[in-house]
Amino acid sequence: MLGLDFSFINLDVLQKFVWGGLVFSVQLTIIATIGGIFFGTLLALMRLSGKAWLMTPATVYVNGMRSIPLVMVILWFFLLVPLIIGRPIGAESSAIITFIAFEAAYFSEIMRAGIQSIPRGQVFAGQALGMTYAQNMRLIILPQAFRNMLPVLLTQTIILFQDTSLVYAIGAYDLLKGFTNAGKIYGRPEEAYLIAAVVYFVICFALSWGVKRLQAKIAIVR
Amino acid sequence: MTWDWQVFLQDDGSGRTYLEWMLEAWRWTLAVAGASWVVAMVVGALVGTVRTLQDAPWLVRLGNAWVELFRNIPLLVQIFLWYFVVPRIFPPMQQLPGFVLVVFALGFFTSARIAEQFRAGIQALPRGQRYAALAMGFTTWQSYRYVLLPMAFRIILPPLTSESMNLLKNSSVAFAVSIAELTMFAMQAQEETSRGIEIYLAVTALYALSAFAVNRVFAFIEHKARIPGFIVAGTGGGH
Repeated sequence: MLGLDFSFINLDVLQKFVWGGLVFSVQLTIIATIGGIFFGTLLALMRLSGKAWLMTPATVYVNGMRSIPLVMVILWFFLLVPLIIGRPIGAESSAIITFIAFEAAYFSEIMRAGIQSIPRGQVFAGQALGMTYAQNMRLIILPQAFRNMLPVLLTQTIILFQDTSLVYAIGAYDLLKGFTNAGKIYGRPEEAYLIAAVVYFVICFALSWGVKRLQAKIAIVR
Repeated sequence: MTWDWQVFLQDDGSGRTYLEWMLEAWRWTLAVAGASWVVAMVVGALVGTVRTLQDAPWLVRLGNAWVELFRNIPLLVQIFLWYFVVPRIFPPMQQLPGFVLVVFALGFFTSARIAEQFRAGIQALPRGQRYAALAMGFTTWQSYRYVLLPMAFRIILPPLTSESMNLLKNSSVAFAVSIAELTMFAMQAQEETSRGIEIYLAVTALYALSAFAVNRVFAFIEHKARIPGFIVAGTGGGH
């Protein structure tokens, strides 16, 4: 069909070239999601603290990260991290640090919206019960904010999974690279790109369908 | 560490300075982003509007499929598809320069997001507006042209602003197929001069400046297109 030949793809090739890349892409997505939500929540709390010395740096960081293309951030970290820690660092480790730092800015905006969506009465109720700020946040506000924002957080994770392909810029071995390499070795680069597109599509489509289901479920409970 | 900004005055080996090269790369970035923006807006508005039609289920399904297709494949993969695979399947497209193929990739990718905004904007209008237009004897085309789209467009200006800024940032992915834009310049000049920090700082500043300019242009449009008396997001409804 159209001069395309997919016969080079078999289990052996998938295992040899693609599997390792898929594992790295998924790992990177999961680590960056967890790290990003953790640091993003801290950034959101800083921005909502009402103290200028916490708000200003957090705001500058979040807005700064959000105004730079991800590819440039990836290049920046690949250049700077070795200078800071004083020894060379692999593309994969550099990618993990970059994505945590970059996604923290995006997750912080989601968590900030989530925290602000909690009625003020909840904060007052916590205070009336004698809770400290930390207890109030940990036991009352954040669990609800997190739950309200779960669909948005998951959607961001799907975008994050797609963005992991940009580690191409520093040559890290991810899912796309696995297909690219297999295509190069078997002289079928176009076919390899097509299959890569199908694999990404199936994964992302299935995940976003799941998020939609989840959203409908949560909407009913609330 | 010491700064060495004079690196920008060095010759890059082809008779131009790195500064001249960078400014040329900036023009490429703006050209890719600008041309893609036109494609994304035209296709996005069309697909998004079609998805809100009342009695054309197949067109709606087609529009939905369009959005899902272009939203669930990473941009980099889409750029590779346009650059390597499409010309192979449609040989006439081998004549097209890489710039055009990247514009298609980035434009269609962004069109899915813009279509989503248009659909949401049209559906956010009270149902009565559509019925009122039809009751006045407007055709479907007229009701969209004179009633629904002018309102929806104003509602979605804030998300359109951020999508346009995203488009500008996403144009950096064009480096992957050797378009001579800013990110490509940053990577090559960093390697040639070993003054990565100065080069990256300048390129980052140009991206931030461009994104800020897009933001201001949209703020201006939002201000000019405002209808007194209507509460459109961000304007607070004042005169």
